[in-house]
Amino acid sequence: MAKDEFTPRTFKVVGTRPPRPDGLDKVTGRARYGADMSAPGMLIGLCLRSPHAHARIKSIDTSAAEAMKGVKAVVTRADFTTTPEDQGTRDILDNVMAGEKALYDGHTVAAVAATSRSVARAALKAIKVEYEVLPHVVDVDEAMKPDAPVLHEGRQQESVPKGYSQNVLARSQYGHGDIEAGFKKADIIVERSFTTAATHQGYIEPHACLATMGNDGQGDLWCCTQGHYMVRNTCSAILGMDAGRLKVTASEIGGGFGGKTTVFLEPVALMLSKKAGKPVKMTMSRDEVLRASGPTASTSIDIKIGMTKEGKITAAQGEFRYQSGAFYAMNGALGAMCGFAPYDLENLQSVGWEVVTNRPKAAAYRAPGAPMAAFAVESVMDELAKELDMDPIELRLKNAAEEGTKSAYGPTYPAIGLKATLEAAKAHPHWSAPLGKNQGRGLACGFWFNFGGDTCVSLMINPDGTVSLSEGNPDIGGSRAAMTMMAAEELGIPYEHVRTVIADTATLGQNEVTDGSRVTFAVGLATIKAARHAIEIMKTRAAATWGIEPDAVEWVDGAAQPAGPNAGKFPPMTLKEIAAIASNTGGPIAGHHEVNAEGAGVSFGTHIADTEVDPETGAVKVVRYTVFQDAGKAVHPDYVEGQLQGGAVQGIGWALNEEYIYGKDGTLQNAGYLDYRIPVASDLPMIEPVILEIPNPGHPYGVRGVGETGIVPPLATLANAVSRAAGVRMTSLPMSPPKLLAAIKAS
Amino acid sequence: MSRIHVNTTINGDATDYLCEAEDTLLDVLRDQLDMTGSKEGCASGDCGACTVRLDGRLVCSCLVLGAEAEGRTVETIEGMADGETLHPLQKNFIDKAALQCGICTPGILVAAKDLLERNPDPTEEEVRYWLAGNLCRCTGYDKIIRTVLETAAEMRGAA
Repeated sequence: MAKDEFTPRTFKVVGTRPPRPDGLDKVTGRARYGADMSAPGMLIGLCLRSPHAHARIKSIDTSAAEAMKGVKAVVTRADFTTTPEDQGTRDILDNVMAGEKALYDGHTVAAVAATSRSVARAALKAIKVEYEVLPHVVDVDEAMKPDAPVLHEGRQQESVPKGYSQNVLARSQYGHGDIEAGFKKADIIVERSFTTAATHQGYIEPHACLATMGNDGQGDLWCCTQGHYMVRNTCSAILGMDAGRLKVTASEIGGGFGGKTTVFLEPVALMLSKKAGKPVKMTMSRDEVLRASGPTASTSIDIKIGMTKEGKITAAQGEFRYQSGAFYAMNGALGAMCGFAPYDLENLQSVGWEVVTNRPKAAAYRAPGAPMAAFAVESVMDELAKELDMDPIELRLKNAAEEGTKSAYGPTYPAIGLKATLEAAKAHPHWSAPLGKNQGRGLACGFWFNFGGDTCVSLMINPDGTVSLSEGNPDIGGSRAAMTMMAAEELGIPYEHVRTVIADTATLGQNEVTDGSRVTFAVGLATIKAARHAIEIMKTRAAATWGIEPDAVEWVDGAAQPAGPNAGKFPPMTLKEIAAIASNTGGPIAGHHEVNAEGAGVSFGTHIADTEVDPETGAVKVVRYTVFQDAGKAVHPDYVEGQLQGGAVQGIGWALNEEYIYGKDGTLQNAGYLDYRIPVASDLPMIEPVILEIPNPGHPYGVRGVGETGIVPPLATLANAVSRAAGVRMTSLPMSPPKLLAAIKAS
Repeated sequence: MSRIHVNTTINGDATDYLCEAEDTLLDVLRDQLDMTGSKEGCASGDCGACTVRLDGRLVCSCLVLGAEAEGRTVETIEGMADGETLHPLQKNFIDKAALQCGICTPGILVAAKDLLERNPDPTEEEVRYWLAGNLCRCTGYDKIIRTVLETAAEMRGAA
């Protein structure tokens, strides 16, 4: 067995709940987030945004703004003279600064930098933009029709059949077997169509950055992001500069959930700074966050599942139509891959569609694409359970994927935890607790791939025997604590002896964005290997001190010791003792590890919700909620629980309240927290997390990512609970009171 | 543009500043006094990340003008700890993992401290409604609510 594969062991640090290293800063207000940094001589930058959903930009006159006292720079698309090499980066440029057309309400068309916010605001008003308003489309099904207004010409991929609008950019198909033969074997078939509204990640911290770009071609950027290497690479490509000449430092990050895996303000701030010759700070308002960043796709989905009367699925079919906003995003494909992933299917056809509309470009949102797909598939599963009068858990256990199952998206599963979560749900008192009047219980499963990716870690043994760990991923929910714990575990030293920092882009090699639930898995793996690297060096130093071969030394409980009686009789040398004499035994000691981490174990969860429906108003109250999820190995259980609870509550918001509402003119009608209402404390019960630990074979400690799966089951869990409570099947999200009341009245 | 001279007390210290008429108290705290612990999440009084106490009453500092602080007392997150001694809520928020990204934490701590000073023995429902004006997107509120309740018990000497 390779050394990085899972080996059972007894943990001393991993699995405990120590205080996080950034805790004190965050409870005292000392922690510095995106908007909390300033620089001498700093200017304030603001964006001018399109008030139209779709418009040709005929001209922009910035002369009056430029002439204003205190205005130091104005930029438009004309200032961005570099054309990035790849289409994805060109799309990002088009998104951060409109070219020939404004493609959605809120699309940036110009930006200013001025000596104060009030001057900058006045300058925005002085910019004259002449628009030719074009017909727009914001609905996914409308956008697919051949006569729909077209956003981009000539971007449709060959995979799209004839007869669709050019807004349909791609079609992808997954599955195996023969669905027609499968449906013929079915005793019962349920076929339903579903829709979900677009929602926003809703991070409380708006996007913010501080950019300094000099005429020497060097730049410094401070920003809140899920990946400062991505920011460096994207911004340098857009500005036509060498990546190495731009240093990006990640601030503390006030939530991201996928929404901070791209850039919005950063290239604009750098361009403003370059033109003005001064540092420029930009922060988005909440209105800008909602109109121009984030959201997830809205969807239109058809699901058909056939079963025998014993409850075995004979065939399944899905069409997943996702609108990704104004630019291509791979969301429908992910939905098509994830929706049926919990099941062992003989015959499956699952098709994803990527459709552009006049909305902000969809960004990743926690398991992007999967929650809506699970909503549709798991709703049909629930309806089948009702039709067959079967327990929803038993029905799922009959069809659940396990080790050796060919997955819906192709690969065969190694050891997975789906059945364990279902069995745990079955055994939990929640599943058998009595329900009150107007209450209903729902259950659903969810899947997410998880990811590894490019990772660099550096681990320094300090002269006093403490350890400094540098990683390159912004800590979005306690990951510094988890890395510190894994380093301490592997080295055999106390947690308090290790301090972990997030290095800037000039200090450590390339790191993939904090996404794909990858950090605890991949950075953890690299941390363990960097510690092993340092241990090898420390063993060599001890061996040299003792005059024996390095092979004859082993590392036990934070100390080098002779391996067995033949190696010689020497008292153990602790890490601290080896560190103290490092200068005399060859110099400073440091370990490092660089890897494109593979083997991120896939993740499954099962959720149970009890809801109470008010038949007079259609209001839904969540009265009890329990999450079961496989964490592989929970490094810091508090923060694993936090991920499960937080994901569930975001899903509750998605299911019940949250919704992008567009007017007839294609402008967003609810661009604020008052009208785009995310769950508040008084909406919710406690969320009980149940952590299962089915070790991931691809990680030394068995760790799987846990960040994303928690948002996959709640949409369906709530839909199933509400449908059972109200006695009517809800196929459209959010299940807002007016919508639910209308459904109850119609039934 | 003429600016307004304001004399006020912040976290017990006599403080003065010049502000424009349109500047909010939050703008003044963050941009002039470098007290960036209070956060701007919405600038419309909906998220509570900028919560401070003004003359003993909780307010969203984004909804108060800087000029309105004249002659009044302001308490922010920066004044919550006593030197190196954390308030029990601060200590427990760390120990009980009641924060993830931490951006809402200052506002929630200021609001929770105010609650416990008014009502040392709140019910879960009272805590949930008291904090309903403080949005948190990471935690699902579970550990926040538990930590406030457990801290209340601890401060009453019941723990």
